[in-house]
Amino acid sequence: MLEKPDLPAIDVKGVMKVFGTGDSAFAALNDVSVSIRENEFFTLLGPSGCGKTTLLRLIAGFDYPTSGEIRLHGEDIATLPPYKRPVNTVFQSYALFPHMTVGQNIGFGLQMLGRSKAEIEARVDEMLRLVRMEALKNRRTSQISGGQQQRVALARALAPQPKVLLLDEPLSALDYKLRKEMQIELKRLQTETGITFIFVTHDQEEALTMSDRIAVMSAGKILQVGSPWDIYDRPAERFVADFIGETNFLPATLVAMEGGKAKMRLRSGVEIAATVAEGFAPGGEATIVVRPEHAKAVKTGGDLKGQVENVVYFGTDTHIHVRLDDGERFMVRQQNSRSQSCGFEAGDAIGVQIGADAAQVLRD
Amino acid sequence: MASAAEVAESREREDVRRRWLLSAPALLIIFLAGTGPLLIVLVYSFLTPGDYGDVKWQFSTDAWVGVLFERDIFDDTLSLASAHMAIFWRSALLSLATTILTLIFGFPTAYFIATRPESRREVWLFLITIPFWTNLLIRTFAMKEVLRNEGLVNSLLQFLRITDQPIQFMFTDFAVLMGMTYVYLPLMVLPLYASMEKIDFRLVEAGYDLYATRFQVLRRILLPLVKPGVIAGSILVFIPSLGAYVTPRVMGGGTNLMIGNLIELQFGQGRNWPLGASLSITLMAIVMVALLVYVRYAGREGGQHG
Repeated sequence: MLEKPDLPAIDVKGVMKVFGTGDSAFAALNDVSVSIRENEFFTLLGPSGCGKTTLLRLIAGFDYPTSGEIRLHGEDIATLPPYKRPVNTVFQSYALFPHMTVGQNIGFGLQMLGRSKAEIEARVDEMLRLVRMEALKNRRTSQISGGQQQRVALARALAPQPKVLLLDEPLSALDYKLRKEMQIELKRLQTETGITFIFVTHDQEEALTMSDRIAVMSAGKILQVGSPWDIYDRPAERFVADFIGETNFLPATLVAMEGGKAKMRLRSGVEIAATVAEGFAPGGEATIVVRPEHAKAVKTGGDLKGQVENVVYFGTDTHIHVRLDDGERFMVRQQNSRSQSCGFEAGDAIGVQIGADAAQVLRD
Repeated sequence: MASAAEVAESREREDVRRRWLLSAPALLIIFLAGTGPLLIVLVYSFLTPGDYGDVKWQFSTDAWVGVLFERDIFDDTLSLASAHMAIFWRSALLSLATTILTLIFGFPTAYFIATRPESRREVWLFLITIPFWTNLLIRTFAMKEVLRNEGLVNSLLQFLRITDQPIQFMFTDFAVLMGMTYVYLPLMVLPLYASMEKIDFRLVEAGYDLYATRFQVLRRILLPLVKPGVIAGSILVFIPSLGAYVTPRVMGGGTNLMIGNLIELQFGQGRNWPLGASLSITLMAIVMVALLVYVRYAGREGGQHG
């Protein structure tokens, strides 16, 4: 692998994409900038209609940006047609050519690049081995299962050795078990080939388990870019915290701030320490995020007081839904053990203790 | 056990009888409207021409000989009927050219319609079918208006001073070809559209993504996928072209005959109904052979891709 640590694999700078004109104009992407590193498993995560697929299509070349730059290893590719970009795509519906066999599908890109027959043959066999489909080379694409089609689509896109592989929700058509399998498979392929993957999904769990870094998108903008850990534990905006995992939001007042740490006063009067999101502008009111598993339910004491509304058993853990004294709702996730029950029932008085490093202040 | 088998057998017999009864109306129509008239044509082709048209009920193979040969009036020797040969040949060539031209014009048209937003496709299809509302003769005369010496094309050419004399388009094979292409174009566009509409256009994107240029996408992805439409459209255009009568008559005048005109001549001025009948059956045979060859060839081509 050629390492180019200085230049990002894909560099998107100030990209706008407007569909339609006049009154019906709609900005699918609004001033989006993001750098995707070499050999990275990068995920674009967001609800449908957030612009993640549009961004992918701009990188692939199926659409052209209204303005802005898209650079591949420093070279602006925004105006190149898709067949001149060393970038390949795995489509959501796979888009395998129905009039070709599995082998012909995988070899198509190389054939179009004008490679020799022998080279294509060897590369196709190598790809079939990589995705463990050797036995199905001469099958028609309609004669193989959804999971197998997925593998063929991957092999077809990897065969021409693209600099970047784009994956447009490739797992969404698979059932749960197969999806889990393919997640591991994709991660393995990415490590083995060393190719930069840009993966589009609306499934937060998929994003968290597979990615090196995640960009969370909403309404045509990138809200936050970071490692799965960053995104989950240090969300910058309410949307990010809400979209990924379950979250408690608490209103609070800033008391003091020093070097990324803030002292926040909750409505109950208790003061807690919290980390501060990047770009936080100190003001009076702010919102604090606490993940349910980072809070602890206690019989007496605690930072917040309230009443148990509901207890839901989930096997590995139990969710305790609390109505706080100030009217806010709060949820605590408690690990289950075999020897004892969770210890709370609906109607019980309950205290909630927020851990020392559990709270994060959002920037909005 | 035995009785159960008997019951089943009698029920099956009952079933068969009912099936025949139910399909009787359809069979009757097929016979009356299809096979029956053809049988009459076949019988007529083996009879002797009457003096004022019609036939004499006298067996003769003269009509069949007359399809390919002409008998010398004086010494009765047979020689190849070169006029008939020329007409067969012209018909085949013109029909083939018409099919190819409609394909060349029809393909981009169908592609254009199939790639419009779904709500607007119907409008375009509607526009394609509008000419069908008009009589074939009128449509042909419209084409004549375009090509005649004082027509649209010649006026334009002279107005732009590209030529100072009108170019003789009318009453040439070219005029017949233009007329037939215009008249049969919708028959090509519609089946092409029908099979293009089913294409997942992400396949086209996948082609571009895998380094195929526009031409390669057309040749390697679009054409193989649209092949059923190409076959259907070609058949729909080729068959009526081969038997065309009105268009060659209007555009080709009296000189550039096609098989259809030759047949008409036998039933009209020629007063040779048996020859007309045998020519009709020859035309059918040519169409059938052409179809068989075409479908088998096209089918094998498709097999190679898979």
